[in-house]
Amino acid sequence: MPQIFHHSSNTLSKISIVSAVLVLGAVGAALFELMADSSYATNQGVMRVQPVQFSHSHHAGSMGIDCRYCHTSVENAAFANIPPTKTCMNCHSQIWTNSRELEMVRASFRSDQSIPWVKVHDLPDFVYFNHSIHVKKGVGCETCHGRIDQMPLVYQKNSLEMRWCLDCHRNPEKYVRPPSEVFTMGYKPQEDQLVMGARLVKENHIQKLENCYTCHR
Amino acid sequence: MSEQNQNLDLASIRTRLDAARGKNYWRSLDELAATEGFQDFLHREFPRQASEWEDVEGRRNFLKLMGASLALGGLSACTKQPTEVIMPYVNAPEALVPGKPLFYATAFTVSGIASGVLVESHMGRPTKVEGNPEHPASLGATDVMTQASVLNLYDPDRSQTLNFLGEIRSYSSFLAVFKEALEAQKPKGGAGIRILTESFTSPSVAEQMKNVMTLFPAAKWIQYEPLGGHGTRAGSKLAFGSYANTVYHFDQADVILSIDSDFLGSGPGGVRYARDFSDKRRVRGSQTSMNRLYAVETTPSNTGAKADHRFAMAPSQVAAFVRGLAAQVGAGGDAAPTGRETQTKWMSALVKDLQAHRGSSLVVAGQGQTPEVHALAHAMNSALGNVGKTVTFTDPLEANPVDQVESLRDLVHDLDAGTVELLVILGGNPVFTAPADFDLKDKLARAKLRVRLGLYEDETSDLCQWHIPETDSLESWGDARAYDGTVTIMQPLIAPLYQGRSINEFLNAFTETPEKSGYDSIRDYWTKQKPGADFEAWWKRSVHDGMVKDSALPAKTLMAKAPPASPIENGGGGLEISFHADPYIYDGRFANNGWLQELPRPMSRLTWDNAALMSPATAQKLGVDTEDRVELKLGGHSVLAAVYMQPGQPDNSVAVHVGFGRTRSGRAGNGAGFNAFRLRTSYAPTFATGLSVRKTGERFPLAQTQHHSAMEGRAIVRSAPVSEYISKPEFAQEMSEAPPKGLTIYPESFTYTGYKWGMSIDQSACVGCNACAIACQAENNIAVVGKEQVIHGREMHWIRVDRYYEGSPENPTAHFQPVPCMHCENAPCEVVCPVAATVHDQEGLNNMVYNRCVGTRYCSNNCPYKVRRFNFLLFTDWETESVKLQKNPDVTVRSRGVMEKCTYCIQRINYAKIAAEKDDRHVRDGEIVTACEAVCPTNAITFGDENDPNSRVRKLKDEKLSYGLLADLNTRPRTTYLASLRNPNPEIEAS
Repeated sequence: MPQIFHHSSNTLSKISIVSAVLVLGAVGAALFELMADSSYATNQGVMRVQPVQFSHSHHAGSMGIDCRYCHTSVENAAFANIPPTKTCMNCHSQIWTNSRELEMVRASFRSDQSIPWVKVHDLPDFVYFNHSIHVKKGVGCETCHGRIDQMPLVYQKNSLEMRWCLDCHRNPEKYVRPPSEVFTMGYKPQEDQLVMGARLVKENHIQKLENCYTCHR
Repeated sequence: MSEQNQNLDLASIRTRLDAARGKNYWRSLDELAATEGFQDFLHREFPRQASEWEDVEGRRNFLKLMGASLALGGLSACTKQPTEVIMPYVNAPEALVPGKPLFYATAFTVSGIASGVLVESHMGRPTKVEGNPEHPASLGATDVMTQASVLNLYDPDRSQTLNFLGEIRSYSSFLAVFKEALEAQKPKGGAGIRILTESFTSPSVAEQMKNVMTLFPAAKWIQYEPLGGHGTRAGSKLAFGSYANTVYHFDQADVILSIDSDFLGSGPGGVRYARDFSDKRRVRGSQTSMNRLYAVETTPSNTGAKADHRFAMAPSQVAAFVRGLAAQVGAGGDAAPTGRETQTKWMSALVKDLQAHRGSSLVVAGQGQTPEVHALAHAMNSALGNVGKTVTFTDPLEANPVDQVESLRDLVHDLDAGTVELLVILGGNPVFTAPADFDLKDKLARAKLRVRLGLYEDETSDLCQWHIPETDSLESWGDARAYDGTVTIMQPLIAPLYQGRSINEFLNAFTETPEKSGYDSIRDYWTKQKPGADFEAWWKRSVHDGMVKDSALPAKTLMAKAPPASPIENGGGGLEISFHADPYIYDGRFANNGWLQELPRPMSRLTWDNAALMSPATAQKLGVDTEDRVELKLGGHSVLAAVYMQPGQPDNSVAVHVGFGRTRSGRAGNGAGFNAFRLRTSYAPTFATGLSVRKTGERFPLAQTQHHSAMEGRAIVRSAPVSEYISKPEFAQEMSEAPPKGLTIYPESFTYTGYKWGMSIDQSACVGCNACAIACQAENNIAVVGKEQVIHGREMHWIRVDRYYEGSPENPTAHFQPVPCMHCENAPCEVVCPVAATVHDQEGLNNMVYNRCVGTRYCSNNCPYKVRRFNFLLFTDWETESVKLQKNPDVTVRSRGVMEKCTYCIQRINYAKIAAEKDDRHVRDGEIVTACEAVCPTNAITFGDENDPNSRVRKLKDEKLSYGLLADLNTRPRTTYLASLRNPNPEIEAS
């Protein structure tokens, strides 16, 4: 009986075994990368259901309330501050006092129990981000958080991955604004961003901070 | 370590020391003897199986487990971040900005005596204690116990419920029973009531006690504090006829004699005294004047270690020595100097020095010394013209000073007689601490109704029917006096965690308003003291500042005569034992504080245990060795203790520290050490003779850190007499030098143009108190590892205070050297990290990135300073809720498998840098204060920008005394040291 397989099939089988391992590995690695960057892992673009259906597009957009009315400490502390129930009640003790949507807010105020807001922008616990210095140096709210004024429910606009942070930390001129425009939504620079950015970097002593200890400690 | 001491041979040690030329520094007797065990220990990276996996059977098991953990590790990387919620305030408190800590002024008391503190609060959680810069007892620094006090608050073993015979009850049900008992006492004027308290200086508690005594005139108030300076109190009465408080002014003193006093390490005003003392010996440039300290000691202490001349003396000899000295300085007294020839010689030089500095000398007697010694010290100060200059007197700090031992004896008599119907024990732990001859434990039950207010359900609560949880000092309003009488009105940082009551609140139970709050009690008292329309402003100011303005007690002029000589207690040739307060857990009240248990004792480097300290010669005579378990027998009492050979301990005398051997303190304190209180009697509270030591043949492992990270005979500590500095200021730098720039084949290192952070540590100033280590632990969320892990060399302290000896083991000179990360410019750790988890930044900091670290430990292996710490196990407590509250939110809490080390408090650097950037300015000198620098009582640590020509750190680094540790390795350390200087008396030195 003649041989079924030619002698060369030995080599072929070896090659196919090795390449199968390599291909599977490569596919696995690629899948992992895709996974890690996907919104499944980063939560980018995922709208979060909040206990109270608070609309930023209504309050910040159409009403035009300044970001800092609620996020009071954004200019002087690491946290921008989630407003106390009292801030909601400043207006809602006067308007929409019987709204069913707002019952939870009123209940919170009556019972002295916090409203459990779901965290949308959640950095890992080993990252220490400081809002105040970014705002001071001309990083607009919109640059990281997107068009909040157009979001009925807030979602995370950017990936918040380290490479995303580093993009700006390495090339701040691509993103910075004049300090007067930090809280503006939909800001369009009058001149070329890179030209203006380079000037602002110089004027406002914006450093390119890439040390680990800048954010991790 | 048990094998290492086996072949220790004193004779060979002496031969080696004699043969050695020049200075010879050593860390332990084993090192000196160069035993085999020590060599082995030294050459391991992490000593004693620290790097080995002990429980695994073999290669197969290992591979199985590795495979499984690899798979799990891979899978866990796929998990998503869990969803978190934010719980904002409903009504935000005024002045609170989330993410920014607030600081509140209050005070911390030990034995009733206060020191001012500022407590850092993160959204209502007290996390860290700092000194109050305006408070006279603090000047911005604190001692070890104060630093660790924040952990006491969160101790999960604190008593959490009000109990009656073990059943949970409400406070109102207690009040009902208590009221009934009081009613029954009313007709008798309270003849059956006994109130047992600790010492306290609180004016409001004193007032409340007075009111109780008015309501129940026949009741008795007993005060007992095991270590509260009985000798000090009785000594002042002996010298002046009435009780007085002594305040020392070390800033005025040029020649100081300490008689068994550890004024640099502990006791009232210790932090302030350490500052004043070290300010008088800061040699800078051409400023070369230094004070001179002589110390007579019954066991080595920080103060003796800093002394220019130290004399180890058996406790029974002290009184005779002091009497002889008093006679010679003309303070009366009679006896001629006794003792050995060296002692006589030493004494005549000392007398000459004291007399040459009339009005600027100072004699300080130790808290544990006898009344006679205290009275003699007062007499010497009077005779030397020091009163009003280096020492002043005030009225006593305590509201009602009494002879506390007699006071307690009285209670015991009444218990025997069965006349005690209602016994109220407020704080303290008398069952544990009372003199052994009182048998309080057996007699307490003779009181009919026993009520206990305490932080813990401890040995005393065990024997009381009612136990009421007490509040921690961070949870309650209160007031107290500092060493000079300055009053602090203490404010709470947090509401009581377990519905505890303060003493002020509890005392209201005796009155018609039993549920009056602590705040009202304190405020009402002070309203009466400061009547007037401006009370509100005064109150707010006083609470805000953490002290009442001008409330220090006025100085009185008192002159003392030497007391009549009491018969000299002759040692009688028998073995002596002396009792000492533990420098950290004190009388056992802080025994359940893991930070304090694990902090190495300044001289012995022991953690988690006390030991019977004896000199090598005495140990050899008794035929015992370090870690031998022996039975100490004194009178009818005995305890089992481990032996520890302590260089510098006087011969023929055993020193023991009380406070250990607790049985009901909690998870950290139970079973640590032995209970030395069982040997301490009311007639011999300081020392006793007739001790017998019996070898049991057992061994008891001690967790000592003295060998860890030894540095193998290089010029690590550099020290000289000040005379040598004057003739050759560069002596320290000449001992070894950094190689010249450009010698290496690598391209020359980076130039630092912006900030260039650096630290300078003054070894002359460091008194070895270890406050820096605890401050760092609190600030940086450093874990406690436990005794077994310390034995394996896995302690986690980011800054350690190394203790080096110099000279003979009988009476060595000691040096302290705090060692944090050096932040080397050419850091050896960085080049070996395979994952770039430790890297350098542009400001010269050696960054340690936890989230990159995979735990190879190459960096630690390559670190010549051995300052890196590895989380071999899950050391951080992630489970206990109350302990989580202490964590600093600005620092990552590390998990298993991660390397960590000193960061120069990067969170504080970043905080100041951001603040400066927002103001468009440079960080100012002194704006960044690292945790260790802030707490240091003697300002031995300075941090700052080396590129700023006017910064303090730059100036210190330009001093001729400045040198880098192991700089010859070309590591270019950013942490540098100022060589240690001493000011010996040439007359003694020559002999």
